[in-house]
Amino acid sequence: MPTTYKAIATVTVGSGGAANIEFTSIPGTYTDLVLKISGRHDTSSDQGIFIKFNGSTSNRSHRYVAGNGATTESSSGTDGYIGSIQGTNATASTFNNTEVYIPNYASSNNKSSSIDNVTENNATTAYQNLVAGLWSNSAAITTVTITVGNGTQNFVQYSTATLYGIKNS
Amino acid sequence: MAITYEPISTTTLSSAAATVTFSSISGSYTDLVLVMSAFGSVSGADIRVQVNSDTASNYSLTRLVGYTTAFSNRASNATYWQITNSVGIGSSSSDPTADVIQFMNYSNTTTNKTILVRHNQPQSSLMETAAQVGLYRSTSAITSITFSLSSGNYSSGSTFTLYGIKAA
Repeated sequence: MPTTYKAIATVTVGSGGAANIEFTSIPGTYTDLVLKISGRHDTSSDQGIFIKFNGSTSNRSHRYVAGNGATTESSSGTDGYIGSIQGTNATASTFNNTEVYIPNYASSNNKSSSIDNVTENNATTAYQNLVAGLWSNSAAITTVTITVGNGTQNFVQYSTATLYGIKNS
Repeated sequence: MAITYEPISTTTLSSAAATVTFSSISGSYTDLVLVMSAFGSVSGADIRVQVNSDTASNYSLTRLVGYTTAFSNRASNATYWQITNSVGIGSSSSDPTADVIQFMNYSNTTTNKTILVRHNQPQSSLMETAAQVGLYRSTSAITSITFSLSSGNYSSGSTFTLYGIKAA
């Protein structure tokens, strides 16, 4: 029986940090993609993390609902937001988790996604984000890129991301 | 290595359908995962889920929803799980839903059944996201799952895949 849930590739950030994490040449042979990220960045405030497909920053939209231990909020945007991660402001050695589920990534439909993100931290504020994402493009996804903050932040060493492919047969 | 995550069945609609049913589900797994990427003939119609063809008032659901605001609501003694909320299903392949539903310990015959739902729905310029927990008030093993809509059909190109997860 074939393996249904298969690791396609893993990126582990090295000692110099990395401005982005990228998966390229993703084959179209799976049904769905799942991306799991364990990340932390190198500056002193919470930052958003963002996803783009095939290098495109166009036609992205999202809606999130978030809770921080005290309040909840919901908002939307067009920047590919998939949650937030913390940096040197957070408990040492604490990395934040994100899962992105992309059904039918190789179809000619637009690409919806389901995203869960947490920033648990031994302090007064941490976040849980639930995000709906949409990339309004009919192209098969062949590249996934994750960035952090406004371009001046980096993922720190030991941040990891693994891309899995799921087959329905 | 044992395979723990197996595809059970997948349905890709080649023509419109009012319902999609997975039947004769084997009890040999521990949990089920249903992945749905669908759109319908009537924009804004609600997605409904029933199990075991049970139309009695045995379903409840609690939702945390992100729409124009964050809110929570619930339904008790319902005759189905309604997994759409403020935004119903989209009406074209431009707006496919991205839903992942987990059915926990679905085949035991001693406890009621719970599900976890991550629902994500674009519809034109609207969009909502939700985390939901559902209860099926029956100790029967789940052997079938049916998806329907409050109006219209699921459109051609909609996909539904059921996976089984096995414990060690």
